Amino acid sequence: MSSRPEIAVPLRNVAITRRASAAIAVVGNPNSGKSSLFNRLTGMNQHTANYPGVTVERRVGRAQLGAAVVDLIDLPGTYSLSANSMDEQIAIGVLFGRVLGTPRPDAILAVVDATRLYQSLYLVQQLLDLGRPLAVALTMSDAAQAEGLKIDIERLSHHLGGAAVFPVVATTGRGFEPLRAALAGLAQAAAPRVPAVWPELEHAVRELEPDLGAKGARLQRAEIERLLVEGADEFRAGANLPPLPAEARANVDALRAGLFGAEPALAVEARHRYEWIRFVLRDVQTTGSVVRRQSAALIHSINQPWPATVLFVLSMAIVFQAVFAWATVFMDWIDAGVSGIGAAVAASLPEGAVASFLADGVIAGVGSVIIFLPQILILFLFIIFMEDTGYLARAAFLVDRAMRSIGLSGQSVIPLLSSFACAVPAIMATRVIPDRRDRIATILASPFMTCSARLPVYALLIAAFVPAQSVFIFNLQGLVLFGLYVLGIVGGVATTFLLRRSVLRGKNPPFILALPEFRLPNVRTVIMKLLDRVRIFLRRAGTVIFAVAVVVWALAYFPRSDALEQQRLAAVDAAASTLTGPALDERIAEIDNEAAAAHLEQSWLGRAGQVVAPVFAPLGWDWRISAAVIAGFPAREVVVAVLGTIYAVGDDADEQSLAARLKSATWPDGRLVFTLPMVLGLLVFYAWCLQCAATLAVIRRETNSWRWPVFAWGYMTVLGYTAALLIYQVGSSA
Amino acid sequence: MTLADLKPGETVRIEAIATADTTVQRLMVLGLVEGAEVTFVRASLGGDPLEFRVFGAAISLRREHARCFEVSPVGASSARDSSFARDSSAARDFVASEARSYQDLS
Repeated sequence: MSSRPEIAVPLRNVAITRRASAAIAVVGNPNSGKSSLFNRLTGMNQHTANYPGVTVERRVGRAQLGAAVVDLIDLPGTYSLSANSMDEQIAIGVLFGRVLGTPRPDAILAVVDATRLYQSLYLVQQLLDLGRPLAVALTMSDAAQAEGLKIDIERLSHHLGGAAVFPVVATTGRGFEPLRAALAGLAQAAAPRVPAVWPELEHAVRELEPDLGAKGARLQRAEIERLLVEGADEFRAGANLPPLPAEARANVDALRAGLFGAEPALAVEARHRYEWIRFVLRDVQTTGSVVRRQSAALIHSINQPWPATVLFVLSMAIVFQAVFAWATVFMDWIDAGVSGIGAAVAASLPEGAVASFLADGVIAGVGSVIIFLPQILILFLFIIFMEDTGYLARAAFLVDRAMRSIGLSGQSVIPLLSSFACAVPAIMATRVIPDRRDRIATILASPFMTCSARLPVYALLIAAFVPAQSVFIFNLQGLVLFGLYVLGIVGGVATTFLLRRSVLRGKNPPFILALPEFRLPNVRTVIMKLLDRVRIFLRRAGTVIFAVAVVVWALAYFPRSDALEQQRLAAVDAAASTLTGPALDERIAEIDNEAAAAHLEQSWLGRAGQVVAPVFAPLGWDWRISAAVIAGFPAREVVVAVLGTIYAVGDDADEQSLAARLKSATWPDGRLVFTLPMVLGLLVFYAWCLQCAATLAVIRRETNSWRWPVFAWGYMTVLGYTAALLIYQVGSSA
Repeated sequence: MTLADLKPGETVRIEAIATADTTVQRLMVLGLVEGAEVTFVRASLGGDPLEFRVFGAAISLRREHARCFEVSPVGASSARDSSFARDSSAARDFVASEARSYQDLS
């Protein structure tokens, strides 16, 4: 080394952002504690996006491991390398390096639940066949210990071809130091020996390898294994490979016949692999005296069908109480905060389009998104809690039979429960459903469930028109609200029932579910998941809701009439000459509200309401309600604000003043507009109509076609209209 | 006797499987293979689906699929204790074959 003048570089100028030296895939069974482990390794340093062309979430995190920086790819949970769902297909595609935009992982971290070694080792064996460096994180090692399970780590590592095995507890961080150290150098480590699980398959692969390598379809050894087991066509379709050359194809068929005979290949594979697994387990796992704790006995009795059902209904009741009673407090704060900011901004700017755009368009638009957060947070917290304790799977187990009678399976219960918060994340949660018809039926049932956006409309109309009297121990208003929830469920159930017997006819979806053990959720994981879902909600639904709010503002603001503005100013002047003090302020507010109503009447929205009013007249709606309903089609929650403006009480009026105005609203001939049949019809219309652009957008994404969102919209609109029509006509004639 | 004919707490060994159904094949991937010992835990509301335990893992499946698994009784001990089959001669054979294959590969 020649002597070079030393240059002093201030430390803060050295770029700290380093490129990751390797990409490691984190793979494991569902519920293996993979997410907790991933979160602990990467901390907040992770980001979620979608894999190109599909809606599977792609979670990548960067882990700082001593001097090394490594990218960790959290793959969707899977039990094997044969895909049953879209999620699993992606997990497998990434491992083989066949997903665009995601480099082939250099190494693999297999996450194995120590209490379910038997099932987990199936995937681990298949991962070993990939021939890449691999380490095993043995999670839940504390739970295994509590159950009296002893696992000989060294022997296990030996059977896994020398792959390092690290017992960890992801929730407390125990055992993470050696794991981190190993991950830092994992990509450079040697791949473990491949245990001879199934020598015949090995030989078949070696026979086929030159054949495929020479003909341009260069495949990795593990891929050839999958090709042999799954059959050339199925595998090719999943991996986007070109057709095989004819000779290779003939060779594949001959080898398959030799390996599997007349039996299904998957069954033969399972037999071979589990034979090896049982052999390994006998060597590495011993069962000590199980400490039969009281908690275990308690969980056993709670898991019996009836106690579990009672518990489930009870916890649902608590959550709905939380959503209606506790969330509304926060929602009122947000509401007050947003209108306060809006008013302050409007006051600080000269009156006109800009001030109105900022206050009533942008700020109100943002407000209309964040107003949902308290309810969404509570419902998601509940769902994540249910998921992480293992009770959501229990719920699916309990309701499977009932769901089957309408043509769904127990697995649909998870998305359908989520849609009581918001249909957007619920529809995204349908990805766990493997069968496409089953999945679409669930997607189409979701918008029927009473989401948080319907509540303001329900609350307003119920408070105004349903007397607050008691029926037995219940409140009549509460009963009507409950009835609307039931109505949504009935609509969804009837729809799936009909669809599964018509366009989505097919075999009943199968139901296989690994039931996770009851576990106390980890606070850290719950918070991370909660933030993740909220972020997704804000991005997917929030952007659409915001855009809609701005568009509705524009429709309600333009065109601006100068004549009306002059009238307003004249009225204010006249008031100022006769009144003073608070009386004047009150009068000015009144004039402003009346002027706003007059402006709205001649705005695009008001005109549209008058144009379509004849269509809605048979439902007993005047042009004002028609205009509000039109404004609500892209986002139903704006209806209350629009009604507030139309009825000249201001768009942030409290419910009482708006309700009073609604009660006294009349047709030109003096009849009341809001009669009981009309209100009931309007409520049913809201229960069944798909007024949400965000939901339509997400149905489009998830079904990858315009057919289903268009169908859902048309069907639900017709359904809501017809029901409202029948109720009004029958109710009015009685 | 099949997996659909058990009383809660009963432990059986799977003897034969009707493998034609793809759902049954998926169950095999989850560990319900010949030789595995399975304990019936409980049935859900209305008697279906059923919950089983195999090597400490709980799996639920429907009655129609449970019928595809022919079983024989092995006594009523807990699943985890009994699921280590004690046919040591088979294990010895396997060790030998595994050792041979390691040599093959290296």
